[in-house]
Amino acid sequence: MARAGGRAPADGEGENMRIAVASGKGGTGKTTVSTSLALCAKGPVQYLDCDVEEPNGHIFLRPELTVAEHCRVTVPRIMEDKCTYCGKCRDICLFRAITMFGKTIMSFPELCHSCMGCFLVCEDEAVARDEREIGLLEAGRAGEIDFVHGRCRVGEAMSVPLLKAVKKKSRDEGLVILDAPPGTSCPFVETISDADFVLLVTEPTPFGLHDLKLAAEVLVNFNKPCGVIINRADLGDDRVDEWCRKSGIPVMLKIPFERKIAEGYARGVNLVESQPALRAPLENLIREICS
Amino acid sequence: MKEIVVLSGKGGTGKTTLLGSFAFLAENKIVADCDVDAADLHLLLAPRPRSENEFRSGVKARVIEDKCSGCGTCELCRFEAVTLNETAFIDPLACEGCGVCAHFCPEDAIVLDENHCGTWFISDTAYGPMVHAQLFAGEENSGKLVSFVKTRARELAEEIGAELILVDGAPGIGCPVIASLANTDIIVAVTEPTQSGRHDLERVLDLADHFKIKTFVCLNKWDLNPETADEIEHSCRERGVEILGRIPFDPTVVSCQVNGTPVVGTADEGNAAAAVRGVWDNLTTRL
Repeated sequence: MARAGGRAPADGEGENMRIAVASGKGGTGKTTVSTSLALCAKGPVQYLDCDVEEPNGHIFLRPELTVAEHCRVTVPRIMEDKCTYCGKCRDICLFRAITMFGKTIMSFPELCHSCMGCFLVCEDEAVARDEREIGLLEAGRAGEIDFVHGRCRVGEAMSVPLLKAVKKKSRDEGLVILDAPPGTSCPFVETISDADFVLLVTEPTPFGLHDLKLAAEVLVNFNKPCGVIINRADLGDDRVDEWCRKSGIPVMLKIPFERKIAEGYARGVNLVESQPALRAPLENLIREICS
Repeated sequence: MKEIVVLSGKGGTGKTTLLGSFAFLAENKIVADCDVDAADLHLLLAPRPRSENEFRSGVKARVIEDKCSGCGTCELCRFEAVTLNETAFIDPLACEGCGVCAHFCPEDAIVLDENHCGTWFISDTAYGPMVHAQLFAGEENSGKLVSFVKTRARELAEEIGAELILVDGAPGIGCPVIASLANTDIIVAVTEPTQSGRHDLERVLDLADHFKIKTFVCLNKWDLNPETADEIEHSCRERGVEILGRIPFDPTVVSCQVNGTPVVGTADEGNAAAAVRGVWDNLTTRL
């Protein structure tokens, strides 16, 4: 197994590692795997749900949430009494969040990326800092697990700043499990960017394989060590296996399709509770990744 | 012309499976795949591209090393994209494309390159024309590419006089999903009878309310948990959202996917196909 750099292994008191669980395709079992890994950890463990659009980890871990923080981004408000209508703030904004017609100037906070260009360029101190709420960060404990997730506001298109806020809560020590959002674009990249190891959960179908390839391509670009978990391993074909073999990406675990698991999942019961026989292989998986 | 978008919130509930079957069943339509970062619809509809085009959006900052004095002004960057040694380096994956570094660089040592971030296609399929795209792995701007695909699909529909645009949406409720809702007449939200499916469906319905778009729900794999299926149906009814139908768990859905065909239209249609036909009939009477 490729070793991840950065963090020293702990001596006997659990694991020291950041593992991101991702997939490309949605619904392959990221949350199932990541919450199970958190439950199988031997030492201090933190679970960060990085799918801030549709967080589901809390359904399976049932944390007691004790922290709620509003996540806000900085946006400009133009103070017309100080504005000389020079147009510099409009010109620097490549996101077109500021427009001006004659002596009317307007900002569109939902287009703003908080680059601060308008604040920096204004010579008349006419740009004031406003804040815009994009979502809520919540944290607490689920038994031994330190739990954090974010819920972006419904209708909010900007999810990455909330995702970053969730990641900022991560500890330097112990096992940190990052449950990634589906897809392979910016929120996925943000989640895996500082992980030591990425577990890609897939299913043995053409959709699963296609999206696995896309996700793996990003990881190769980042030079990230990774491994694959095939979920519902007996539904579909063997092209995922074949592709992994050819690409030199290890298949680290196969989880069969079982009605008991599916029914447990449906009720919000975690994999290691509905199928205790999977606990040992998951514990081994953590050990293997951390060794 | 009507535009129907299939969404789900949670991934893997069956958006593409359902939309692929709608593509078979509908007449005089354009199909658009608006899940541009993990597009899968082409695996069912086998499109033959008529044209393949570059998608460019936004900019990425790049340092011209010869001109850089290493002064560090570019560390104004709010996105932690700049690292400074002898000269500055800008990480293209962290760069947000705001151009602040280039604007304030006293040596004019930073250029903004137009960002080539994906490919888009107009294709022919056995079921009619299709507009689709692939955002390059790890790229931003998925919302802009979705808007772009939608605009092309609408133009094409007007050109050939299509009456319907069928749109396969992305999972989640964020940027690409919001982009796929512009000009949409109807959302079909596909869910599964699990706590996660239910939780994520609620957020999709909230989003639909937020944008005031008429929404119907379709319950996939309902027999895996009939009790939760009933609960979802009940809470939809309380919100005034109509259920178009229930589709049973059916292993032929996976075998169709393996064979690269929609669930309907095969020689030996399974239980799921019959249910999908029912969902489509219910939907068309409500158009």
